[in-house]
Amino acid sequence: MSEEVRVPIESDADTVIARQAGRDVALRLGFTRTDATFIATAISEIARNITVHAGAGEMIVRELNEDGRTGLAVIARDEGPGISDVAAVMRQDYRSNAGLGMGIWGAMRLMDEIDIKSSPGEGTTVTMKKWCGFDEVAAFLDH
Amino acid sequence: MTVSILKQGNYLIASVQSALTDTEVIELRDALLAQVAKHRSRGVIVDVAAVDIIDSFAARSLTTVARTNRLRGAKTVIVGIQPEVAVAMSQFGLRLDSAYIALDLEAGIQLLTA
Repeated sequence: MSEEVRVPIESDADTVIARQAGRDVALRLGFTRTDATFIATAISEIARNITVHAGAGEMIVRELNEDGRTGLAVIARDEGPGISDVAAVMRQDYRSNAGLGMGIWGAMRLMDEIDIKSSPGEGTTVTMKKWCGFDEVAAFLDH
Repeated sequence: MTVSILKQGNYLIASVQSALTDTEVIELRDALLAQVAKHRSRGVIVDVAAVDIIDSFAARSLTTVARTNRLRGAKTVIVGIQPEVAVAMSQFGLRLDSAYIALDLEAGIQLLTA
């Protein structure tokens, strides 16, 4: 049975629980310690977006098995104010030293795939994936 | 707080004992700035060997400590960054501007007393 861990995010203490859960699942699935740290760091950034912008939400860490490869998905959900221009966030127009953009920007560099679904008043769902053995540095340079 | 701050002559040594929440990162930042001012320290070593990750928030807070201390004539030395944490920071593009970096506590003390 594939593995799944759910962590309610209501405070910054929950963020630590979520990133440790992400690291634990990653190591059990066979990710390297470096990749597990990438995942934990991305979780920390995205969980902060929940506590700062939405107040509360949930993170799910889930095992992936597709086309014979193993991976890990992190799904972060909240019912906060949402993002009016997701494309701008993904283009990194929002990048700044504080706030939403920096976290998304970091997560994009640390994970293999990232998808954001959001609209004003509808909350936000961020889905991030990382695949075992995938060379993220090479993939990033290829973009 | 899961951080201890020891005074050693003109220097301070802060050891982080475990993963920190954002609230604890802020407490560490404020405690370091207050203690450096109170003791008129020449430098402070922050040992992060037990830290699980350094993300944008932690990096920004440590940079604030280093910049502020520099304006006070004090050096800030970050020691013990784990190899995986260093790779993740590099991939993220996070830097610790204004801080000195040393491999471990011993190297950090050497850097301050040289």
